[in-house]
Amino acid sequence: MSVLTVHVEGLGVWSPTLAGVDALRACRAGAPPAAPVDRPPALRLSAGERRRAPASVLLAVEVAEQAVAMSGRAADTLACVFASAYGDLAITDYLCATLARAPGELSPTRFHHSVHNAPAGYWTIATGCHAPSSAICAGPATVGAGLLEAAILACAGQQPVLLVCSDIAGCGPLGDIVACRHDFGGALVLSPVPGPGSRARLTLALADTPSTPPSPPIDCTGGMFDNPSAALHPLLESVLDSTGDVVLAAARGRVLHARVEPSA
Amino acid sequence: MVLPMSPLAVSASTATSALGRGLDAHRLALEQGRSGLRPNDVSRTALPCWIGRVNGVEDETLPAPLADWDCRNNRLAWLGLRQDDFIERVRGARRRYGADRIALLLGTSTASIGATEEGYRRLDPAGRLPGDLRRRAIHSPHSLADFVATALALEGPCLTLSTACSSSAKVFASAERMIRLGLVDAAVIGGVDTLCDSVLFGFNALELVSPEPCRPFDDARHGISIGEAAGFALLERADAAPRAPRLLGWGESSDAHHMSTPHPDGLGAELAIREALARAGIEPAQVDYINPHGTASRKNDTMEAALVTRLFPSTTRASSTKGFTGHTLGAAGIVEAVIALLAIDDGLVPGNLGVRTPAPACGASFAWRNEHRRVAVAMSNSFGFGGNNACLVFGQGQGCA
Repeated sequence: MSVLTVHVEGLGVWSPTLAGVDALRACRAGAPPAAPVDRPPALRLSAGERRRAPASVLLAVEVAEQAVAMSGRAADTLACVFASAYGDLAITDYLCATLARAPGELSPTRFHHSVHNAPAGYWTIATGCHAPSSAICAGPATVGAGLLEAAILACAGQQPVLLVCSDIAGCGPLGDIVACRHDFGGALVLSPVPGPGSRARLTLALADTPSTPPSPPIDCTGGMFDNPSAALHPLLESVLDSTGDVVLAAARGRVLHARVEPSA
Repeated sequence: MVLPMSPLAVSASTATSALGRGLDAHRLALEQGRSGLRPNDVSRTALPCWIGRVNGVEDETLPAPLADWDCRNNRLAWLGLRQDDFIERVRGARRRYGADRIALLLGTSTASIGATEEGYRRLDPAGRLPGDLRRRAIHSPHSLADFVATALALEGPCLTLSTACSSSAKVFASAERMIRLGLVDAAVIGGVDTLCDSVLFGFNALELVSPEPCRPFDDARHGISIGEAAGFALLERADAAPRAPRLLGWGESSDAHHMSTPHPDGLGAELAIREALARAGIEPAQVDYINPHGTASRKNDTMEAALVTRLFPSTTRASSTKGFTGHTLGAAGIVEAVIALLAIDDGLVPGNLGVRTPAPACGASFAWRNEHRRVAVAMSNSFGFGGNNACLVFGQGQGCA
């Protein structure tokens, strides 16, 4: 089985009680959780875009911006993979409710915000990025499949890649079914080669699903593991420590082993 | 700097669209210049437009073990998988390589949202989805790939790509990277999208839906006709199937311009085309046939006609086939890749259906009628919302010159 090696140059994280990587570090050091915040700042967007953008876009852009800023890379040079298990659940709820009631009243803006690649579109527009951008999902294995896709893109193209994993809370009858109750987003900038900005080395390999599941990480997310994107959380923690073994679901019956070590 | 890639074999392919089930139905309709479009008879509320509907999707039944995934989109997937011996070809690959050495990468824009829409029309008294639709498997954008992975018993990497109308073109690029890095030996790729109220009323709200059958590259075009389709292909290393047609190159880019309209000068589209040519190691003049994105929207076709005319000589022939199938959205990439492969196989450049007066930006490359000629290299463009572009280049297999 082939092994992929990538180097983490930047991290981003956002949930209502976790404003960024510093807050994640503080939480792990035992600090009390911050008061919940409604919306991520998403300062990379212009004021107009920020007003128009749906919640899924604000969340993805926020964590992308954090990770890219930490990496020191120019955002417009990075190929990007935006992973989200559900896309924008609030917009899907709006679309289905409006179509059931009065299809002719559907908002054109909300419709084009409903595409799974809306965060990728907003991000590439905001950063002037012409590099390839993708939007993917893989159900409960979205984070593992997204990390694999991003690492493959980095290794095959010998280029740095931005990976964003984010899902927002559901609402309405659809929210009732999918039971994702919190916003969570995480991001990584991955490079195929080590550099001065490398924070950790990831060695990735696909394997059969182990019989014993990995132990859960320290929970700094306020119990939001109903959010498929929160599967990235243990990897973010291991990268902060520059050590650890993380097992992520990657497909049915398959996991992605991520060994985390110091980069140098 | 893009390096040429080792070509891959497209060792099996199939498509099911408004033109019919499987490759021969497509061959025949293209040869006869027969459109599959019909007046809209699918939306719950009347919407006067034309659609590319697949006959008989409603009558499909999924095998009992797959019943949890039952919905229109997965029924169309199941119908599409059963054409052209595709399932048998995948079974052969599974025997050769092992189920965990075959990736499954599928594109879709709306997956099975039609089932979620239906649930909202039939909420129970408590305001919840009705009992028969309380199945998590279908209320997820991964519904399609999850279903197909189970139906084909594949255990390799499994991914849904959802970048609107470039989705099932980008799966070729992802698959090529996985095979090149040795993560898998083969990949089942493709895409499925079905007609549903979201896309019909959504594109209508954007004033992009034509009241008449779409007329790509016509001066008086009025917008798109939405279609549905399923398409699949099997990619392997070239030495595994020397006579099969080849994936020669792919290119991907972002416009960084606007969420729902293309860059007016085709900046991102040109980047994707140039990258695909570089990866294939060929010059524009070596492309015999281009199947453009050609949606019949005002802006796409103006941009793309100018781009084709600027980049390619008149010996490169170009024609949109969306007048045949409608715009099949997330399935457009695979359907038009299959048509490009048919062009190579049959030596047929299908005429660009629906044009009375060509748009002024169209140069001498555009084929308004069928042309029988050798097609050694064919290109297919797919551009999606969010400025998401993909370009694929295909060529003949060994011994086919």
